[in-house]
Amino acid sequence: MIVAALFFYLFAGVCVASAFMVIAAKNPVHSVLFLILAFVNASGLFMLLGAEFLAMILIVVYVGAVAVLFLFVVMMLDVDFAELRQGSLQYLPVGALVGLIFLAELLFVVGAWSIGANVTAVAPIPPLASISNTEALGLVLYTKYVYYFQAAGLILLVAMIGAIVLTLQHRVRVRRQDIGAQVARTPATSIEIRQVRPGQGLQDPNPQGGAP
Amino acid sequence: MNDPQIVALLPALPEITLACGAMLLLLFGAFRGERSASSINLLSIVLLAVVGVMVIELPPGKLVAFGGSFVVDAFARYLKILTLLGSAAAIILSLDYLRAEKQQKFEYAILILLSTTGMLMLISAADLIALYLGLELMSLALYVLAASNRDQVRSTEAGLKYFVLGALSSGMLLYGASLIYGFTGTVSFAGIAKAAGQGTGNAGIGLVFGLVFLFAGFCFKISAVPFHMWTPDVYEGAPTPVTAFFAAAPKVAGIAIFVRTTMVAFPNMTHQWQQIVVFVAIASMALGAFAAIGQRNIKRLMAYSSIGHMGFALVGLAAGSPEGVQGVLIYMAIYVAMTLGAFAVILAMRRDDGAVEDIYDLAGLARSSPGMAFFLAMLLFSLAGIPPLAGFFAKFYVFLAAIKSGLFALAVIGVVTSVVGAYYYLLIVKIMYFDEPAKGFARMAPSLKWVLGVAGLANMLFFVYPGPLLDAATAAAKSLF
Repeated sequence: MIVAALFFYLFAGVCVASAFMVIAAKNPVHSVLFLILAFVNASGLFMLLGAEFLAMILIVVYVGAVAVLFLFVVMMLDVDFAELRQGSLQYLPVGALVGLIFLAELLFVVGAWSIGANVTAVAPIPPLASISNTEALGLVLYTKYVYYFQAAGLILLVAMIGAIVLTLQHRVRVRRQDIGAQVARTPATSIEIRQVRPGQGLQDPNPQGGAP
Repeated sequence: MNDPQIVALLPALPEITLACGAMLLLLFGAFRGERSASSINLLSIVLLAVVGVMVIELPPGKLVAFGGSFVVDAFARYLKILTLLGSAAAIILSLDYLRAEKQQKFEYAILILLSTTGMLMLISAADLIALYLGLELMSLALYVLAASNRDQVRSTEAGLKYFVLGALSSGMLLYGASLIYGFTGTVSFAGIAKAAGQGTGNAGIGLVFGLVFLFAGFCFKISAVPFHMWTPDVYEGAPTPVTAFFAAAPKVAGIAIFVRTTMVAFPNMTHQWQQIVVFVAIASMALGAFAAIGQRNIKRLMAYSSIGHMGFALVGLAAGSPEGVQGVLIYMAIYVAMTLGAFAVILAMRRDDGAVEDIYDLAGLARSSPGMAFFLAMLLFSLAGIPPLAGFFAKFYVFLAAIKSGLFALAVIGVVTSVVGAYYYLLIVKIMYFDEPAKGFARMAPSLKWVLGVAGLANMLFFVYPGPLLDAATAAAKSLF
C-alpha cells in the first residue's frame, strides 16, 4: 500500500513539474520532450488505478504519435519561438488564478457527484477482478458497440478524404521514378553511337536538359 | 433473410447501403481519376434515390437496432426522406456550377454522401454516443466541403472558421453529454428520461447544466442565436452549391436531433428546457429579421434568413406538444423546398465573366428573364410568409401550436419579426420588378430549372393539396409521444 502511495506521489509530482516545464522551457524542443515526460507519468498514474489499457493507449497514441508529430512540426517550421514566448511568464499570476478557479470547479463537480436516485449505473462489462480490462474492452468493442466502432471508422475515413481533397496537388512536370521503364532499358534504347569529327564536338540533341 | 443477425441489421439497411455505396464510388473515383466526376455525381443521385426507397420500404412501426442506440420510427422516416431530398437537390444544383467554375472534383459528391450518412445516423440516434458520432460524421464532411475551393482565400477561411467553431461546439456538446451521463448513469434517451423523472432536486441541477451545454451544441449546428456567428461568413465564403447544401439537409438533421432529444430524453423537464428554447427562438427570429436588412450580398442575406427560419421552427418545439412537433416537421419540409428553390436562382446569377452575388445584380430581372423572376418572387413571398403560399402555412402551424400551449408572447413576437423580415424579401422583389434592368444573366442551366420549377410549384400549389404532407407530419409527430 505504502509503495503505491509513494509511486503515486512520484508520478504526480514529476507530471506536474514537467507540465510546468512545458510552458517554462526556453527551447521548444525541450518543451515537447517535457510534454512526453508528462504523458509517461500520467500513464503511470493510470497504471496505479488498474487501467492498464488506458495507460498503454496513452503511451502509444500521445507519445508515439502526437508528441512525435509535435516534434516534427517544431523542428520543421521556422518559427521564432523565443520571440513568441517573450515574457509569457509575466502572465503567470493570471494563469495561476485561472488554474485555481478551475481546481475549485473540479472539486465542486467531484464533491457534488451523485448518480440520480434509484438509478444504478449498469456496467456493460464483467467485474474487473475476473478479467483484465483490455480483454473486457475487446469483448464489447466488436459486439455490443460495433455500431459506434464502425461509425468512428467512417469519421476517420472522412478525415482522410478531407486531408487529400484539401492538400493533394497534382503537379505537372514532376519527375517520378518509373522502375518498369528503368528495368526495361536496353543498350539499344539508351546508347547512341555517333561519329565524332575531330575538333567539332557533339551537339546536344536535347538542349533543355533532362533525361533523353 | 431469416438469419437473425441479418434481420437485426435491417433497420440500418439504408445507412449501410449509403456508406458502402459511397465507399464504392470513392474507389471508382480513385481509379478513374478526375474524369469520373460527372458519372459519380449521377451515380450519387441514383444512390440517394435507392436509399430513399429503402427508407420507405422498411417494415412499418418502430424498429430498433444495435441494442437500442438506433431507432427507426415514423419521425425518423419523414426526416430521412427530407434529408435525402435535400442532399440530392444539392448535388443536382452543383452539376453545372462546378463545371462552369472548373472546380469539378469527384470527392465532392462522395463527401455529400458521407455527410448524409451522418445525418441519417443522427436522425435515428437514440443515445448520446450515437448522437455524437452521427453529428461528427455529418460536420467533418461539411468542414471539408466549405473549404473545397481551396485556391480561394474566402473559401478556405470559411472552412477553417467553421471547423474551429464547430470543434468548440462539439466540445460543449460532449461536456453536456458527460454531465448528463454522470447524473443519470446512462446514455440512452429512454434511460435519461426515466432517471430525470425520478431524480431528486440535486441531480436536477446537474442535469440542467448538461442540458444547457447539449443545447448549445445543437444551436450551433442549426445556427440559432446566440451560436449563429459562423453562419454569414461560412455561407458567403463557401462555394455556392455547398452553401445550398448547408442551408437545407444539415438543418433538417440538426432540428431532428434537437426535437428527439427534448421530446424523448427530457419529457419530464419541460419547464427547464422550454425557457431556453423560447429564448433561442425569439433571439433567432429577431436577429434574422433585423440583421438581414442591411445585407447586399444575397448569400449573406440567405444566411440571416436561415437563422430567422430556425427561430420560427423552434417556436413549434417550444410548444412541447404533438402539434408543436408536427408544426416543426411541416416547417422543415417547406423551408427546405423554399431554400433550395431560392438557391437555384442564386446559382443561376452568372454573367459571361463569372458568378455575381449582389442583390442589385437582380435589377430588372422581370424583363430579362420573366419566368425566373416570377418563380423567385413567389419563393420570396413564401419565405416572408404571405398567404396562400406554403411559407404561410408553415408559420401558421408553429404559431398555432405555440398559442395552444399558452405561449402567447412568443407567438406575437414571431408574427412581428416575420413582418419585419418581410421587408428584405420584398426589397428583392421590388429590385427585380421595378428597378432599371442590369445586364441580363447567362442562360439558366436545365438542372437549375428543374429544381426551381419543382420547388416553386410545390410552394405555390401546397394549399391546393396539403393532405399528404400534413398526414405524414402528424404520424411522425405522434411516434415521438
